[in-house]
Amino acid sequence: MSKPNPMRMREMVVVREVSRILIPFILLFALYVQFHGDFGPGGGFQAGVIFAAGLVLYGLIHGLDALQRAVPPRLIEVLAAGGVMLYGGVGLVTIALGGQFLEYKVLDPHHGEHWGLLLIEGGVGITVTASMTAIFYAFAGRDTVQNQEKR
Amino acid sequence: MNAHLPALQVVLPLLAAPVCVLLRNRRVVGVWATLIAWASLAIAITMLVHTMEHGTISYALGGWESPLGIELRVDVANAFLATIVTGIASIVLPYGPGSATLAIPQDRQYLFYTAFLLCMTGLLGMSVTGDAFNVFVFVEITSLSSYTLIALGKGRRALTAAFSYLVMGTIGGTFILLAIGLCYQMTGTLNMADMALRLQPVMGTRTVLVAFGFFVVGASIKLALFPLHQWMPNAYTHAPSVVSAFLSATATKVSYFVLVRVVFTIFGAAYVFGTVHFEWLLMPLSIAAMFVGSIAAMYQTHIKRLLAYSSMAQIGYMTLGLSMNSVEGLTGGLVHLFNHGLMKGGLFLVVANITFRLNSSKIQDMAGLARKMPWTTLAFAVGGLSLIGVPGTAGFISKWYLVQAALMKGQIWLALLILMSSLLAVGYVWKVIEVMLLKPPTKRVENTTPAPLRMIWPVWVMIGSTVVFGLWTTWTGTVAEVAAETLMGLR
Amino acid sequence: MSAIAGLWVYAVVIVLMMTGLYTVISRDNLVKKIMGLNIFQVSVIMFYVALGKVDGGTAPIFQAAHGEHVDTEVVFSNPLPHVLMLTAIVVGIATTALGLALVVRIQEAYGTVEEAELVRIDQEGGL
Repeated sequence: MSKPNPMRMREMVVVREVSRILIPFILLFALYVQFHGDFGPGGGFQAGVIFAAGLVLYGLIHGLDALQRAVPPRLIEVLAAGGVMLYGGVGLVTIALGGQFLEYKVLDPHHGEHWGLLLIEGGVGITVTASMTAIFYAFAGRDTVQNQEKR
Repeated sequence: MNAHLPALQVVLPLLAAPVCVLLRNRRVVGVWATLIAWASLAIAITMLVHTMEHGTISYALGGWESPLGIELRVDVANAFLATIVTGIASIVLPYGPGSATLAIPQDRQYLFYTAFLLCMTGLLGMSVTGDAFNVFVFVEITSLSSYTLIALGKGRRALTAAFSYLVMGTIGGTFILLAIGLCYQMTGTLNMADMALRLQPVMGTRTVLVAFGFFVVGASIKLALFPLHQWMPNAYTHAPSVVSAFLSATATKVSYFVLVRVVFTIFGAAYVFGTVHFEWLLMPLSIAAMFVGSIAAMYQTHIKRLLAYSSMAQIGYMTLGLSMNSVEGLTGGLVHLFNHGLMKGGLFLVVANITFRLNSSKIQDMAGLARKMPWTTLAFAVGGLSLIGVPGTAGFISKWYLVQAALMKGQIWLALLILMSSLLAVGYVWKVIEVMLLKPPTKRVENTTPAPLRMIWPVWVMIGSTVVFGLWTTWTGTVAEVAAETLMGLR
Repeated sequence: MSAIAGLWVYAVVIVLMMTGLYTVISRDNLVKKIMGLNIFQVSVIMFYVALGKVDGGTAPIFQAAHGEHVDTEVVFSNPLPHVLMLTAIVVGIATTALGLALVVRIQEAYGTVEEAELVRIDQEGGL
């Protein structure tokens, strides 16, 4: 059972430096996919996964602790919940404004569809990012718990 | 506001679930989830009353009219089901912490409520949607959250039980997905009503037959129809009792409803019973389920496993009602769906009380329990009588409908089989009652005290309503009959 | 021949599906079961993706800018099945994650993820 030791990964110069260059671009690309969803292929789900991939890469190289310092698990939980609530909240607002659930037209006569989609895709993106990261935390975190028990 | 009820029915628990994560505090979350369940129950009842008086409510999500958009379609049958789901949740949720505390650390308990509310969301979604793909999505929401809930059970066997349910459930869900794909291929629509219309010209093709087959197998896995029930006994045995109570009373029932919808709404009785002769398959399997389930229940040493096998037998009655292809039969099935939800939910809560005090679910450990926990034992006895179908209990009413339906079809042998399998139920119910009532109490029992009142009242609400609905049958009978007629397209 | 050639997609779907199902049934290792389940789900996803594909069709995005005439003659693939599969993929991810989480917990509780072993331990240990 040889597990890649997170300490060791950080000491590899190539891995560290390449990831240092790549991670900002991964996160930026995620945002591009998120907002490009308005005009072409893209959207919250894909963007969320890409964003989470950037976070996970950071975690793989610098260790879970470093990632959790940057994005605490509690924040992830709140974000996962918040994204869903943003999505549903838009639906409730449209009902309150006299439309059907998620009928964006009522938000704004001209740009309602645009704003509505932007908001719910934002909600999707946030939740997907948070869920994917939470899955990573769950598995990676459990491993360290086990190792600590062994030590 | 009334017009938005179908959407709110699903959205309310869906949005309440993340709030649980934000609230975190165990007690606050418990109260919050309970309030949400009660509010959902109010919505469901309002819709039921509305549909009984004014007929179907159709709701176009996002303002996109069907068949292009997703349609939520609530007729009496849907509202009836939503009422059952929310009703059971309303009783089970206040009970919640009682037995759940045993299995998970207190600071993580808000996640139990989150999963519970999501499970409820899925079940309600399956109940109210009129869109075939939506059914798949909600099936999976329900399944994923119920795997989680089952895995929360005490002891490591809950994990393996949840895993095998996950494997079976995913296969079932994927079959449903494939069936929807085949139907979409033939019709180009996902709206159930529209799909039914467009399937008519292509009914003869093999694709439709295959789609029907995948639908039936997928739904049958979810509703634990014999012989696809293997996941159920383990899951119900090792899940926390509250979860067993909720899932046995709702999850299999909603899956049954999906099967009914597939048969009557999408493919139509003429095709299913006229061309394919589905009853030639479903009726023997239902009868087998009734007998195998009851006989297997008699040999169980764990009370939860006993109840799980009994559930399998009771599901047999429901599918038997479906296989008769008559309003009476389907009414019987739907009435039994409601009644069995109450009694099995009630019985699992009784078991939850017993295991809470005894810390064991073995029947032999319950010797002489009647002396120490008289009310709990009485509740079990009443629930058990209802399972048997003694007059004056709810179980009698549903079996009465089924026997009547069999007689109206001139199938006296079928009526006799129903009565015989009911006699088998006496066997397993008496087995438990005998131990509780007549055996001398063991040490373990000597040291117990009755469960706290907080845990007793939900039991009696459930068990009491089996008596109420056993004596006062106008409501269930009328609603179920209207629902059956609506499902069969006679109204 | 062309009829058979046009149906190759279904052959792929069936082979994948049976591979997945067989893996789920025959493998003892729970992780391999999850993999089988994944292949099984992917087969259905493939089926949907094939459904939406139109011969010679492009991506279903209108190329015209503001005010320009939209060319309605362009053949494009049906986007709906593909969008549906987005949901199915999410379901697949959730199922896999949950399944693997259970496997991890099972490994911790039993010390093995071989099904035969698990059954043996359960039978010896009672409840």
